[in-house]
Amino acid sequence: MATSRDVFQAGCSASSLAVTLKKAPSPSQLKMPTGIAGLDEILRGGLPRRRTTVVVGGPGSGKTILALQTLVNGARLWNEPGIFVAFEESPEQIVSNASAFEWDLKGLQKSKLFFLDARMGPDMVKSGEFDLESLLAIIGEKARKIGAKRIVFDAVDALLTLLDDPSAQRKELYRLHRWLQESGLTGIVTAKAERAFAVGSPGFSNIQFMADSVIILNHELLNGVSLRDLWVMKYRGSGFSENLVPMSIGPAGVEVSAVSRIETQVPVTNKRISSGVPQLDEMLNGGFFRGSSILITGSPGTSKSTLAGAFVEAACRRGERALYVSFDESEAELARNLTSVGIDLRPHLRSGLLVVHSILAEGCSAKEHFNNIRALVEKFRPACLVLDPLSALIKSGGEEVAQSVSERLINLGKSKGITVFNISLLGSPDQQVEATRLQISTVADSWIHLSYLVLGGERNRALTIVKSRGTRHSNQVRELALSNAGISLAEAYMEDGEVLMGTLRWQKEQAAITGEGRVQAEVKRQRLKIELSSLELTSRLEILKREIKVQQAEMSVLMRTEETRVGRRAHHSAALVRKRGGIGDRAVLVRS
Amino acid sequence: MSSGYVLRLYVAGNAPNSMKARSNLEAIIRELLDGNCTIEEVDTLRDPARALEERIIVTPTLVRVRPLPALRVVGDLSHHKIVVDTLGLGTKQ
Repeated sequence: MATSRDVFQAGCSASSLAVTLKKAPSPSQLKMPTGIAGLDEILRGGLPRRRTTVVVGGPGSGKTILALQTLVNGARLWNEPGIFVAFEESPEQIVSNASAFEWDLKGLQKSKLFFLDARMGPDMVKSGEFDLESLLAIIGEKARKIGAKRIVFDAVDALLTLLDDPSAQRKELYRLHRWLQESGLTGIVTAKAERAFAVGSPGFSNIQFMADSVIILNHELLNGVSLRDLWVMKYRGSGFSENLVPMSIGPAGVEVSAVSRIETQVPVTNKRISSGVPQLDEMLNGGFFRGSSILITGSPGTSKSTLAGAFVEAACRRGERALYVSFDESEAELARNLTSVGIDLRPHLRSGLLVVHSILAEGCSAKEHFNNIRALVEKFRPACLVLDPLSALIKSGGEEVAQSVSERLINLGKSKGITVFNISLLGSPDQQVEATRLQISTVADSWIHLSYLVLGGERNRALTIVKSRGTRHSNQVRELALSNAGISLAEAYMEDGEVLMGTLRWQKEQAAITGEGRVQAEVKRQRLKIELSSLELTSRLEILKREIKVQQAEMSVLMRTEETRVGRRAHHSAALVRKRGGIGDRAVLVRS
Repeated sequence: MSSGYVLRLYVAGNAPNSMKARSNLEAIIRELLDGNCTIEEVDTLRDPARALEERIIVTPTLVRVRPLPALRVVGDLSHHKIVVDTLGLGTKQ
């Protein structure tokens, strides 16, 4: 315990450095895992142990959940008991709100989790100054009794608003900070980011000044869809991911989707797997690469889902697990429709090799979809993944979000060696533009386009391989035929002379159209890419600007503290001079 | 029978606020109650379990234990009028 530590010590980096040099402790001694998967990745292991983390966010941004979840995980996973000090809501309210999560709060409350109702109430009558000594005495005693390692002070803003004078607020924050430093507990202090504690405000600087790390949570509604994200603003003495990362609240609590460095390292493989359609495998020179991502585009009814069905059916026949995420069909509908074209998924559904996850796109945000799908992928560990259609994500949160989420999904698949089959629905007649709408055409390794052709009074389906990385592939357009025996790709129109002529003409035209379209698409892709990167630069600039403001505020607090200290020392030496009857100058020199 | 005020003052050792509260309370009692009052003092630093039981989050806190209902004022009691009005100390003749 560092009882001798100066209250006004500006930071802890110096002391923690000394510790590092002396003992070189293992990471677990320096970091306290939150048990929230993505978050610990971002924090490179967890929150700073025996130090204070401040979590700031607007109302409903998930601060309390994140803090409580960290306590719960500590108690459950690492046998580290915790204390929850509630300044705003009653413990009963908090427990009942958290009962929706799979946490077993009731069981933990018996010995490992202690809730303290520290509400003061608006009807509290004040006469003069007061302090938090009593609260700290209570929790100090309790912490010793249960052997607590973690503590949460929830909604410290509610407490501070009772101290109407800013200097009293600062004094109590220092008291809390000093207590935390001396207690040896790892603290999480949550504060509402409103008015007095808005990012960049003096109140915020005060609170972030006492913190060794600061996490900022955001929550907004975009087109009626909930978007949450998390940002680690600072972390003294440790590396961390500085990106804004999507966050969601699921059955396990807060989930953070960090695209870790490991995840983007793609295992490269030369193994090929069947598309489920022999002729397509032939066109692809042996099938898709395992672990690659495949994009299927086409208008409604061009049998994109059928192609996906053939793909998963083949996977299951090889004995591999497959996950089919459907945004517009239920498991029953999908199975029925595919059975009618000779693809029988039912035995695989029964054996459990195939899982169909059917969701409504608008049900939750794109980021939440990502987290849900990621959770499923991690649980089920499929070899093949179908996203049908990926473009549905646009409905749940706008194009920009959908784009980043679809890229993440593709990266997730790649990092785990999963072959991902993305379906993109093209609604508009301007198909090339639509295809690039999610920008995944650049990320995808193979791109297959399905379209309708009207020939001899018939609507025929046609299949083109637009690209296939690392593969010599057929450039031919083939006719895709569906029968109750499955999918077949016809060697286009070889027998009938007349049709052949028409086909040849059509092929030429199509080649020209596709060529022109590709140029257009490429131009558009480049333009979007530039737009996107300048947008990113603008927002980075904004973050840097804010960072400067925050640092300036921190600096001014530091200066004020220093002034106080210098003032005190001057006062102290003056007192010494008076005491010693005027020989003080030398005494001061010796002292300092 | 005495008017029987029982007041309980929760303090944190000799913290400055707690010292001030003691002397302010003494002055109030001298002035208004003519000493006709029992004061209990609880040091929350020595007895945190009791502080927890009675939910004393901040110090100093003054509680009117009797007569019921129990009433509370927090702070160093430097505004005598607020203390007297809140705890109804002046109404009893």
